[in-house]
Amino acid sequence: MVVGMTMETFLQQLINGLSLGSLYALIAIGYTMVYGILRLINFAHGDIFMMAAYFTYFGIAVFFLPWYVTFIITIGLTMLLGVTIERVAYRPLRDAPKTSLLISAIGVSFLLENVANYLFSGKPMAFPEFPLLTTPFFIGGLSIQPVSIVIPIVAFFLMTALLFVINKTKIGMAMRAVAVDYDTAKLMGIKINGVISSTFAIGSGLAAVGAILWCMKYPSVLPLMGVVPGLKCFIAAVIGGIGNVKGAVLGGLILGFSEVLMVAFFPALTGYRDAIAFVILIVILLFLPNGLLGKKQVEKV
Amino acid sequence: MKELQNSLGAYLKLHWKTAVFLVVLLLGIGLADQFVDSYMRRILNLCAIYVIVSLAMNLVNGFTGQFSLGQAGFMAIGAYTVAVFTVPIESRAAIFYLEPMAPFLANIQLPFIVALILGGLVTAVVAFFIGYPCLRLRGDYLAIATLGFSEIIRIVFTNTQSITNGALGIKSIPTISSLWWTFGIALIIIIATVLLINSTYGRAFKSIREDEIAAEAMGVGLFKTKMTSFLIGAFFTGIGGGLFAALLGTVDPKQFYFTLTYNFLLIIVLGGMGSISGTVIASFVVTLGQEALRFLDEPMAFGLDLPIFRPGLRMVVFSFLLMVIVLFYRKGLMGTNELTWDFMAEKYRALKKRLGGKKTATEGGAKK
Repeated sequence: MVVGMTMETFLQQLINGLSLGSLYALIAIGYTMVYGILRLINFAHGDIFMMAAYFTYFGIAVFFLPWYVTFIITIGLTMLLGVTIERVAYRPLRDAPKTSLLISAIGVSFLLENVANYLFSGKPMAFPEFPLLTTPFFIGGLSIQPVSIVIPIVAFFLMTALLFVINKTKIGMAMRAVAVDYDTAKLMGIKINGVISSTFAIGSGLAAVGAILWCMKYPSVLPLMGVVPGLKCFIAAVIGGIGNVKGAVLGGLILGFSEVLMVAFFPALTGYRDAIAFVILIVILLFLPNGLLGKKQVEKV
Repeated sequence: MKELQNSLGAYLKLHWKTAVFLVVLLLGIGLADQFVDSYMRRILNLCAIYVIVSLAMNLVNGFTGQFSLGQAGFMAIGAYTVAVFTVPIESRAAIFYLEPMAPFLANIQLPFIVALILGGLVTAVVAFFIGYPCLRLRGDYLAIATLGFSEIIRIVFTNTQSITNGALGIKSIPTISSLWWTFGIALIIIIATVLLINSTYGRAFKSIREDEIAAEAMGVGLFKTKMTSFLIGAFFTGIGGGLFAALLGTVDPKQFYFTLTYNFLLIIVLGGMGSISGTVIASFVVTLGQEALRFLDEPMAFGLDLPIFRPGLRMVVFSFLLMVIVLFYRKGLMGTNELTWDFMAEKYRALKKRLGGKKTATEGGAKK
């Protein structure tokens, strides 16, 4: 054990890492599902997350809706946003060169950031507090925010539900089929557009839940808040093996733990906190380019 | 001697239009350098720097088909190299007042041109370490790694207080005001890019863009070729960044936010991915357009207090423009064509034909 670190602080950091990692996992799933089906890095995903945070902020702090109504509206609106983005910006380019699709994704991301900056101003807004969830309680010297426990539990339930949908339902089977072979799936009569739309809806919905939980833990909303979490969660998806939902969860947790523990063990590196994800990305690409759980992809001519 | 004269004569005979154009261009720059005011001078300088960086980006993204989003980060490296090595030694104590400059750098001052080239080289070295893991793999990892890198480099520069002066940035960098620096280097880089694209390397770049597997089967070394393009692009971008620092006279990490990269992306998409002349034209259009549309950010745009005009609108317009181009005019202004004399003559003939065709059509209609 490193000098100056007691068992309590270590446990404390583990809990922090678990909740941060669960948040990353929730967002990473959106990346990995879209990549699995369209082979596209959905650059706008981080900004969809940001918009969800604004929806929640407006629901609670501006329109004074009860929290459960706000959450339902936020999740609904975010899903709609994700599906609309796919419909307007990605679907017309489905047969275009991949570069165009990628530029379109960046364009959407840039547009959302600028629109948010224009409409809501670049100033950070204070997210309403939930005292019930943020007042820490104490167990044997540990001070724990309830939200740090709630996040992993919510994330766990959602991921179980998602795995059920993917593995046991008809739409999940269609998703897996499209991910394996787009053209054959089409020939087999799978309605590609519906599958892609539902992929975007699920990914965006999870990002919305992620945004709500994120803001409870880090209560500040601003137009560029989605960029760094977005990049990191894509990296989380790469760590686990892009296209693999379980891999995204694993990658998110690894990233969350390594970030929190690095800062805890080496306080001198606090300034470089955001850099660790990219170091991990480079190492993974060098030694395990298919990620921890990914299958080797062979390019077919 | 006679032979040389003959071959020069033959060359001029073949390319006299280009030669005339170059002379006119150089005269134009000379005149502009004499007569434009400092505001316009700054914008023109910025245009030239944007030409350099966008051209470098197009070399990698448009010609080689590798999606790199590290322009802001690469510029930052070039800019900081120039800043660190050209700031006068006597003013360093005043700039680095929080923490003195690292001793191994504190007494080195280089001439601007040396620092500029060094900036390009340092950028290329850094690019090598990013490209090495990413370019061996197929897919889009380069995009995310370079974008991530431009975020990281800001973090690094903010934390290395004794080298980059952290968040305070470096001020009183000796500035350039003559247009010749930026336009001269831009011209050299344009010519170098044209020569490169038409060489064996250029053909290898384009073959990778068109079909990696076929290119590999034809004996193009994928990794080496991609790396060559990526490193040359990074070198040019570093030079562009160095000029940027010398133009503004000050650098700080916030100038190199990754959204800067999106400006260049807009330029190459507007000009055409894979067109040198398109990139040059679009650099001017976008840079001048960004200045011309500044009124969008001002509350009293038309003498009326319209609530829609407020800071941020300009960038909304630009990002919207990017979306429109990608969705509806995917080829941009030039596609993969170049604005050569033949191309212009062809367009002119096509235009004449179309106008003529319309004329006969209306005549035909009138007869009925």
